[in-house]
Amino acid sequence: MIEFSGISASRGMCVGPVFQFVRQKLEITVKKQVNPSEELVRLNLAIDTAKDQIDLIYKKALKESSDADAEIFKAHRMILEDPELIKEVKKKIEKENQSAEIAMQETGMAFSEMMAAMDDEYFASRAMDIMDVTNRVLRILLNVAESPTSGLKEPSVIVADDLTPSDTVMLDKSLVVGFCTAQGSATSHTAILARGLGIPAVSGAGNDVLTQKNGSTVILDGTKGKAIFAPKESVLEEYQKRIEAAKVIREESLKNAHDPATTKDGKVVEVVSNIGNVEGAKSAIENGAEGVGLLRTEFLYLEQSMLPSEEVQYKAYKGILEEFGNMPVILRTLDVGGDKEIPYMGLEAEANSFLGQRALRLCLERPEIFKPQLRAALRASVGHNLKIMFPMVATTSEVREARKVLEECMNELKKEGVLYAEDIEIGIMVEIPSAAMTADQLAKEVDFFSIGTNDLSQYTMAADRTNPKVASLSNAFFPAVLRLVRAVIKAAHEEGKWVGMCGELAGEPLALPILLGLELDEFSMNPPMIPLAKQIIRNLDSEEMKKIAAEVLELENPAQIKGFIKDKIPFIAELTG
Amino acid sequence: MKKEKVIVNNQVGLHARPASLFVQEAAKYQSDISVQCQDPETNENRDANAKSILGILTLGVFQGTEITITADGEDEDDAVKALIALVKDNFGEE
Repeated sequence: MIEFSGISASRGMCVGPVFQFVRQKLEITVKKQVNPSEELVRLNLAIDTAKDQIDLIYKKALKESSDADAEIFKAHRMILEDPELIKEVKKKIEKENQSAEIAMQETGMAFSEMMAAMDDEYFASRAMDIMDVTNRVLRILLNVAESPTSGLKEPSVIVADDLTPSDTVMLDKSLVVGFCTAQGSATSHTAILARGLGIPAVSGAGNDVLTQKNGSTVILDGTKGKAIFAPKESVLEEYQKRIEAAKVIREESLKNAHDPATTKDGKVVEVVSNIGNVEGAKSAIENGAEGVGLLRTEFLYLEQSMLPSEEVQYKAYKGILEEFGNMPVILRTLDVGGDKEIPYMGLEAEANSFLGQRALRLCLERPEIFKPQLRAALRASVGHNLKIMFPMVATTSEVREARKVLEECMNELKKEGVLYAEDIEIGIMVEIPSAAMTADQLAKEVDFFSIGTNDLSQYTMAADRTNPKVASLSNAFFPAVLRLVRAVIKAAHEEGKWVGMCGELAGEPLALPILLGLELDEFSMNPPMIPLAKQIIRNLDSEEMKKIAAEVLELENPAQIKGFIKDKIPFIAELTG
Repeated sequence: MKKEKVIVNNQVGLHARPASLFVQEAAKYQSDISVQCQDPETNENRDANAKSILGILTLGVFQGTEITITADGEDEDDAVKALIALVKDNFGEE
C-alpha cells in the first residue's frame, strides 16, 4: 500500500483499476537542409488541419459536455489564428531557416512560458492551452496518432501528468471513475472536468503516481486529496462501505424528493424553494418543494420599461400561486436600490447602495410603487396560502409603517368590494444586524422571520460580497453570523413565532446540521438543491445536532467549522461534491 | 488614425471570455488596432495587437484599468466605436 497526497480537485471517492495515460513522445529531429518556402507550405497545411480537428472536437464537446468545455476549443482556435503567434513562427522559418516543427515548438513554448510566468492560475491554464495547440500542430507535422486512451476498456482511474482538453474530449467518459494527476491545481482542466462529471479527482499528487502499475487497484479520495495505490484489504473495505453509503443517499434523495424531511428522531422541518418567476415555480414543484420561502418580485420590474401595473402584477402572482395550490408562498416586496438601473423609477446612484435607500426604505418613500404591489398581492391571495414579507428592515417602526400601508390597501380593497384572503401572515427578512440584535422586539410585530444570510453576512462582516478582494469575509460560516442566526431563532421562538432561512446557507449541505441544531423551522433554497437537502436532514438526529451546533458556535472561522462538520458527520463530507 | 480612452469596469478585466470577445470583435475590421495601458506598478506603457488573444491576455488589464484603443485604417472609426461600446457594456456581463 502506498499513499500520495495532493490537492482536492473534485470531491467524492472511488475505487478502480489504474489506467496510466501515457502520451506518445513527439520526437523532433533537426533537419540539415531547410527550404523555407516548403516549410511554410507544410506549416500552413498543418495549421489548417489542426483547425479542422479543433472544429470537429468543438462540435463534439458542444453535444456531449458543457458549454464551458466547448469554449476551451474556441479559445484553441483563437490561439491558432493569433497573428502574433503565427508571425513569430513564420519569422523563425523565413529568417532563421528553421523547420516548421522547430519553429512551432519554440514559439509555442516561448508564449506558453510567458503565460506561465504570470504566476496566476488563470494564465497557467492558458499556458497549457498554448502547449496543447502547439502539440496538436506538431503531431500533424510528425504524423503521430492522437489518442493514448484507445486501450481504455473498463471503468478506470485515469492517472496522468496533467490532462488537456484535447486529451479528455476524445475520452469515453463512461469508462472514467476518477482522475489522479501528478501536476495541476484545483482550477486546472482536469479538476473542472471532474467536477462537471461529478467524479473525484486528486491533482498535484507528484510524479511518483506515474510509475504505479497499470491495472492495479487505487482508492481515490477526492475530498481529502488522497490517492492510495494497492490498498490493504481492510482499508479497501472501509472505503467501499463509505462510497456505497453516499451512493445510497444520492439515489434515495431523488426517489424520496416528494416526501417530507423528517429527522431520524421524528422532527419534521419545512423545505421550500427560492424562486423568481413561473419557470422557477415549475422546477420547485418537480424537485419536491413544499412551498416557496422566497418569491422574488424584482423580475416584474427589471423586465419592463415602465412601472408594472397592479393588473400585470396580479396576473403574475396569481399564475405562480396557482402552481402551488394550498402550499405556502412567501412574497417578498420589491428589493431594489441604487445598484439597479430601472430607468422609469429614477433611482439615484448612491455612493454605497447596499447601505442606501433600498428595498423597504425605498418603498416607504414611494407609495406609488409600494401600494400597487401590495394590492396586487392581496388580490392574488384569494384561495391560496400567501404570506407577505418585507426586506431590509432595520427598526420596529419600519415594520409598523409597512403594516400601516398594507392596512390602507386592505381598507381600499374592502371599500371597492374586492376580495382578499383575511388571514395573511406578515413577516420580515432578517438581514441587517440591527434587526437580528432586536429580534425579540421585532418578533412582537410580525408572524415570522426569514433570515437572509447573504446580506446578513456582508453587513455583519462589513465586507461587500460583490468585491472579490473581500468577498471571502462575507461568509455565513463565520461564527459572528451563525451566532446572530442562533439569537434570531431563539428570540422568535420565545414569542411563539417561526423562523425560516432563504439565504444560500439554507441549502448548503455542511450548514444543514448546524441550522437543524439551532432549530430553524423552514429551509428555503434553489430548487435543484431540495432533494439532497431533504435526504441529509432525514439522516440527522435533531437532538444530536443541538450539541454539534453548540460546539460549532465556539469555533473561530469557516474552515474550522466546515472541517468540524465533516469530521463529525462523514457522510455529508462525501456528498458535498 | 483614431484613438479613444475607456475604463474597463467588468469584473475580470480583459481576461477569459471578455478577452476573446474583444479579439473577435477587433478581427472584424481591416484596420490595424492596438490597445495601450500603463503597468500599475512600474507605470511603464504597454502595447498589444488587439487581434491577438495572447497579446491581449499578457497585457494584464484588470478591473478599473484605463486602456487606450487605437485604430489605423479605412474602418478605424467603426472599429474604435464598436470596441469602446463592448467595453462600456461590460462585455454583456451582469
